[in-house]
Amino acid sequence: MSNSANGAALPGAGGLGSIFDARQQVSEAVSAGLKRRYARERRFRLYGMLATLFAVVVLGILLFTIIRTGLPAFTQTMIKLSVTLYPQEIDPKGDRDPQTLSSADYQRLVRDALDDYFPDVTSRNDRRELFAMISPGATYVIRSMVMADPSLIGKRIEIEVPLKDDIDQFAKGKIDREADQANRRVSDKQIGWYQRLVDRDLIVSRFNTTLFTAGDSRSPELAGIWGAVVGSFWTMTLTLLMSFPLAVGAAVYLEEFAPKNRWTDVIEVNINNLAAVPSIVFGLLGLAVFIGFFGVPRSSPMVGALVLTLMTLPIIIIASRAALKSVPPSIREAALGVGASKMQATLHHVLPLAMPGMLTGTILGMAHALGETAPLLMIGMVAFIVDIPSGPLNSATVMPVQIYLWSDAPERAFIERASAAIMVLLGFLTVMNLLAVALRKRFEKRW
Amino acid sequence: MIRKTLAVAAVATIAAAGSAEARDQIRIVGSSTVFPFSTRVAEEFGKTTNFKTPIVESTGTGGGMKLFCGGVGVEHPDITNASRQIKASEIESCAKAGVTAITEVKIGYDGIVLANSKAAPQMNITLKQLYLALAKDVPDGKGGLQANPYKTWSEIDPSLPKVKIEVLGPPPTSGTRDAFSELAMEGGCDKIDELKELKKTDEKKHRAVCQGIREDGAFIEAGENDILIVRKLEANKDAFGIFGYSFLDQNQEKIQGSRINGVAPAYDDISSGKYPVSRSIFFYVKKAHVGVIPGMREYIAEFTSDKAWGPEGYLADKGLIAMPDAERAKYRAAAANLEDNLPK
Repeated sequence: MSNSANGAALPGAGGLGSIFDARQQVSEAVSAGLKRRYARERRFRLYGMLATLFAVVVLGILLFTIIRTGLPAFTQTMIKLSVTLYPQEIDPKGDRDPQTLSSADYQRLVRDALDDYFPDVTSRNDRRELFAMISPGATYVIRSMVMADPSLIGKRIEIEVPLKDDIDQFAKGKIDREADQANRRVSDKQIGWYQRLVDRDLIVSRFNTTLFTAGDSRSPELAGIWGAVVGSFWTMTLTLLMSFPLAVGAAVYLEEFAPKNRWTDVIEVNINNLAAVPSIVFGLLGLAVFIGFFGVPRSSPMVGALVLTLMTLPIIIIASRAALKSVPPSIREAALGVGASKMQATLHHVLPLAMPGMLTGTILGMAHALGETAPLLMIGMVAFIVDIPSGPLNSATVMPVQIYLWSDAPERAFIERASAAIMVLLGFLTVMNLLAVALRKRFEKRW
Repeated sequence: MIRKTLAVAAVATIAAAGSAEARDQIRIVGSSTVFPFSTRVAEEFGKTTNFKTPIVESTGTGGGMKLFCGGVGVEHPDITNASRQIKASEIESCAKAGVTAITEVKIGYDGIVLANSKAAPQMNITLKQLYLALAKDVPDGKGGLQANPYKTWSEIDPSLPKVKIEVLGPPPTSGTRDAFSELAMEGGCDKIDELKELKKTDEKKHRAVCQGIREDGAFIEAGENDILIVRKLEANKDAFGIFGYSFLDQNQEKIQGSRINGVAPAYDDISSGKYPVSRSIFFYVKKAHVGVIPGMREYIAEFTSDKAWGPEGYLADKGLIAMPDAERAKYRAAAANLEDNLPK
């Protein structure tokens, strides 16, 4: 203020009085404009607040709908059955041969157990409707129990088995009871039987462990995301192992050693370009090069990781170069000054200081790769895979693909499962991003 | 640097090991319409036999054919699903890559439905009216063609609802769209005499006129995701959607199928062929792979057993419309003997 007041006063040749006059004028002008400036300031802040609020509200709505749709998937309606494991049904010869045990007609045992509950249901059609209420998974449960412990044969076991997805949806109130019978997937008779089971306390709602332990299935009540989680794990591990060393190597060379000339400029522009290329292009490349030329197995986490490595490389290189740039030149000069070689200066001093920034960039790049589906479509990872992959060369799918497949399925119970899978994926992403923040907070040095 | 070298070496080893590995798992590609059925059989097969569960990719009929016809060998798929019959051009490209012995297995039928929300009345429409509503160009009554002038259904026929024409349907890459153009659009087109005449004189033009779908916003391409169309119909009671019968079957308390030529899309009427817009669905087996990839015969046997594709089988529960007994027996035999039965 005083500067400008002096400036205003200088041209005038008057005495002290005129200086005061000039000051007076300026402060009047300032205070006249002050109100407007404050208002403008407040408006500016308000705009910023509104923008943030908008983002928060939209994100909130998104999370709310996902959680509201997905929560029911974490419970599964089960029926308590008391199954008698007749030896003549399971193991007629009595030699406990695993082959015989595996191929026995467990379906029949389940039906017998249901017949015990409903002795009055006798007509062929009615019985078919009744048996349709139980998931085909019931037989797998009994088989695996018998296979694990053949001494159970001949005994009566109490088990809880999942109900079919339609009945489960009905139990969760997702199917309109008032609708005309022809228009819903659950018949009036089935509702009646369900009600009788409820009255006898034979229906229970349990935490849906299948969702976290099983691979994909065509029956929603038997479908789980574990296969996809394991597939994502292999894909991400391999992506990290390949992309991190390559990216850091490239960044260190470009930043510390490469001469600054036209060629390095061209490379820099290309890396920036690659970071913006649509991801499906990397899938096409993977199909042609890794599968077509190198013969990497289709649908395997290996080929997925190779493609995702290509996709994340530019992101990590850019972040790593920025991290290296932020290390002050004085560190390098000091190291060189006491006689370190260029490589020693880089490896012993610059790289450790740049590492937190590089790791942050890597984690963000990995989080990006974890949510990617488009490039995987071309290399066969968008597939129905039941078995849990046991290694990087087995066929696998990944979490976002599982979400895509479930949200595309006609069965309504898959909608809530897709949302549940989204919640799990969001959980992983949150953890990864928090880790990036924590690393930065913990190791970051300010200069 | 050492870590980098190690990592690169590891990658190279794994990649080399992978390419040499033989495959012990059936690989299936193809149509997204057949995907729910194929996966259901694959799962049952994997759970009840000692073979590994086959891998089923949803690539679309055309994409599946391309992969299937890539050649013979473990890196190529063994079976492809199709929501239409194989084309002559595809047989040719298969033959070029050495895939000559192929068995065609018809699985059953799939009805294509025109459906809307239960909140609105059910529509009763003829194929001709449907054609007039969705065609790009329609006859102007003076022997020529004009761009489709109809904005509401009732402009075509007063019996139809007085709402804006708004139909959500699959994009041209989809097998469902192919079948819809062929069965519904061309079927309706041939009910118009002057266009029927055109077939005799200029078949190419006839095809273009009959299968051209309007692009002025009345027909909205909603992507390959059928369930998305179903959800949009729930939200907008004036809109109609085109998709496979299984999606109607699973969501029948919220949406209803329109009657076409007086017939509603119901299981029995599609099976008997009374419902006019139904197509056959297939899978194709690469014979050279049978015996090399374990379990192929058993998978085919599971698929063609009555407990799977029969009228009361588990596929019917997923919305498959079973073939009549005689036809099932015919294709079961063809599949079991791996007949070389492609259309000539």
